[in-house]
Amino acid sequence: MATTVTNIEKLVGKRIRRKEDPRLITGTATYVEDIKLPGMHHAVIVRSPHGAANIKGVDISKAAALPGVAAVFTGADITGVGSVVCGADLPGLRKPVHHILAQSRVYYVGHPVAVVVATDRYIAADGADLVEVDYEVTQAVTDPEKALAEGAPAVHPEWPDNKAFVFLQKGGDMEKAFADAEVVVKQRITSQRLVPNAMETRGVVADWLQAEHSLTLFTSTQIPHLARTILAGQLGIDENRVRVVAPEVGGGFGSKLNVYAEEALMGFISRKIGKPVKWIESRRENFLVTIHGRGHVDYFEIAAKRDGTILGLKLKLIQDLGAYHQLLTPAIPTLSVLMMPGLYNFRNIDAEVIGTFTNCVPTDAYRGAGRPEATHGIERMVDLLAAELNMDPAVIRFKNFVQPDQFPFPTATGLNYDSGDYGATLQKALDTIGYDDLRKQQAAARLEGRLMGIGISTYGELCAFGPSPATPAGGWESATVRVEPSGKVTIHTGTSPHGQGQETSFAQLAADELGVSMDDIVVLHGDTSVIPYGIGTFGSRNTAVGGPALFYALQDIKEKVKKFGKMLLKSENVVFENGKCTCQVSGKEVTFQTIAGAAYRAMQLPPDTDPGLVATKFWEPSNFAFPFGAHIIVSEVDRETGQIEIKRYVAVDDIGNQLNPLLVEGQVHGGAAQGLGQALWEHGIYDDNGQLMTGEFMDYAMPRASMMPWVECSHTTTPSPVNPLGVKGVGEAGTIGSTPAMVNSVMDALMPLGIRHLDMPLTPEKVWKAINGAA
Amino acid sequence: MTRAISLTINGKHYEHDVEPRLLLIHYLREVAGLTGSHMGCETSLCGACTVELDGKAIKSCTMFAVQANGANIVTIEGLASPEGKLHPMQEAFWNEHALQCGFCTPGMIMVSKQIVERNPSPTDTEIREGLDGNICRCTGYQHIVNAVRTAAKAGA
Repeated sequence: MATTVTNIEKLVGKRIRRKEDPRLITGTATYVEDIKLPGMHHAVIVRSPHGAANIKGVDISKAAALPGVAAVFTGADITGVGSVVCGADLPGLRKPVHHILAQSRVYYVGHPVAVVVATDRYIAADGADLVEVDYEVTQAVTDPEKALAEGAPAVHPEWPDNKAFVFLQKGGDMEKAFADAEVVVKQRITSQRLVPNAMETRGVVADWLQAEHSLTLFTSTQIPHLARTILAGQLGIDENRVRVVAPEVGGGFGSKLNVYAEEALMGFISRKIGKPVKWIESRRENFLVTIHGRGHVDYFEIAAKRDGTILGLKLKLIQDLGAYHQLLTPAIPTLSVLMMPGLYNFRNIDAEVIGTFTNCVPTDAYRGAGRPEATHGIERMVDLLAAELNMDPAVIRFKNFVQPDQFPFPTATGLNYDSGDYGATLQKALDTIGYDDLRKQQAAARLEGRLMGIGISTYGELCAFGPSPATPAGGWESATVRVEPSGKVTIHTGTSPHGQGQETSFAQLAADELGVSMDDIVVLHGDTSVIPYGIGTFGSRNTAVGGPALFYALQDIKEKVKKFGKMLLKSENVVFENGKCTCQVSGKEVTFQTIAGAAYRAMQLPPDTDPGLVATKFWEPSNFAFPFGAHIIVSEVDRETGQIEIKRYVAVDDIGNQLNPLLVEGQVHGGAAQGLGQALWEHGIYDDNGQLMTGEFMDYAMPRASMMPWVECSHTTTPSPVNPLGVKGVGEAGTIGSTPAMVNSVMDALMPLGIRHLDMPLTPEKVWKAINGAA
Repeated sequence: MTRAISLTINGKHYEHDVEPRLLLIHYLREVAGLTGSHMGCETSLCGACTVELDGKAIKSCTMFAVQANGANIVTIEGLASPEGKLHPMQEAFWNEHALQCGFCTPGMIMVSKQIVERNPSPTDTEIREGLDGNICRCTGYQHIVNAVRTAAKAGA
């Protein structure tokens, strides 16, 4: 007798509100700053006010004498503590030793010089004011091109110049491409320094337990396990005696994909004073000492036929590294090189990256990390080429796209694009926005003297980091599914979500696979004493790498459940569906919950089967995943003021299958805000002395609600063949797609004035000057 | 030197001797133990510390605790009913996915509540202008605007 099974409604693909929200909307979540331990002290760091200076002396006597101050440490005290780790390597890379407190010299404004520890945060701040540092100021250099010029002051005097590395990559035959070219377009394009500005600044609580020789460290990080490995090494503590906890983390965007000086410093202090110690970064410090993003000066040359066929792309990339390497600093511009061909079918590239030291805070991964710069470059160059050839920017893109039958597509930079239909995405965006009609409206507007622009960006990105050989620390991810005796399910993920919503989307996936309610599932992450080793959250990898790890762990659970089901139903003809095992012959059923109980009670076990119901999977992807999309922005520039008004924003993204479209939209919106921030408003500006001129929200223009347009989101769906879920990753897509669409829109608006290119951010002042210079 | 203050927070009476320089946000978080309000910038520019003081949304990072002597304060912890029933604005933020990392959220909810109290049927433009004193780095604001509009329609 065959049994009819009524399928329970599947949750994957549904817009489901988040499981993590109740604690967040009631103010009961625990971020690092909310942690209070008995006897906890507070640390405040004394930082360099100079971009470059020799330290002639540090007088801590007044600070040390202040009632309530427990200790003051300077660079002389931190012997034995390892320096800040850079996990990236390149041939010939100069790696300056990056001490956790400055030794005889400071290299950027904000460089930590001393730390005051007190019973109270206000007293610690008073103490920091009393530390007297005698500086001999030297010449700083903050502009990367000036830093490369003959006679520039050396940021690190042990080397004669400021070149940290030169990285070359070639693909195809560039000489032939340029020899065959009928047109070559050149442009210098910058991607300015940006300040990630997670709303929660960084913070650390360190708690050394002498009797156990163990350290517990709560830190606002995206990579708790990697942080543990690195901190154990820096502090000389056994890795299994270091527990790193990422509690609620208030945003990261790459800025917390790092292990900073303050994390080891707090571990060191707690061990020294025998008390827990807390350090919370101020916003001012966050601007000055947490990594910045971007910092490119790019020289592009694109070679093409007059019919618009692109033949090749040359790039000289000057990367402003800042004064030191943080975890991945030198690797970030190499990601730009990988993605420099964009979505286009040309096989010749030639790139030279010059990593340049400056007296600024290090740059490192910020949402998109190298891909926004690459995409901005190629998308601007395609538009400039279209203008040169008097072609429509949509037409030139269609002409050059990699075609659907070319996948997997090997690029000139050594990547293998997984899947896509780039033309379909652009066509959908054009149809949605009514492109042909818009061009007519634009022609009419131009006749009236109005500056209307239509900007297209067809972006591709590589994400789901990634195959292990392509990453500095392993590119796999882990997941454990622990079914409790009651049948409730606890999931451990090695990713470390901090806003992305995997407590929800992973519960959706597990609920579908196991046939249990989402309410019966808890997703845990971020605590190295609980969670098996994981790589963490960055590079749009949670769903695309952590998801498959979870999927395969769930398959193992299902297999074991079936074994118990067969045993309990005394039949080989058993299926596990919708939360129960059913005998296909008798129709008898046994629930998942009953099986879970039986697995732990273990009165009887199936053949060759252990008690318990737990599965752990480490999953290694065979390739990156490559999301893509088309963003189109319609804008109008006010001739009198240079003000830009965004009229419409259409985003069509293809991120493969979606676990929860509501969360996907949130990622696109947030990414778009950060990308528009770069295009229009944000800029980390250093003066020649190394002062950060935009070091507060008063000066650094963060996108606010009234500045943002309505983003019209839609999708095409091309599943990725790289993983069993067919997902690609969406964390960075919006940031990558939005920036060139915005800039192309404004440049399209300004085209009648003969303005060819402006560098970001396109502030009204900059636009007004260009209009008036052109007039 | 300390000064005695007495005030009401979320309907409960508090009395403490505090340093005159103690910021209200630190008083709320560290003395009263209400850590839902967050310090995001120390300069009134991000709004993560927004609480309601005598019926008005204020930024508690640039006010001293002694200045709140005698005041009636509502923080994010005071919005849901004692039985745990969420305030309609909290419910709307949840339903509309108006938060990601959640750090700005308590301040966003407090200011959103005030937007609707002052203007029961705000336009999207009015909602955005009302939110301008609060920064969110995650959401791009679109879902927050949806949440405020939805809550307003529901009569929050």
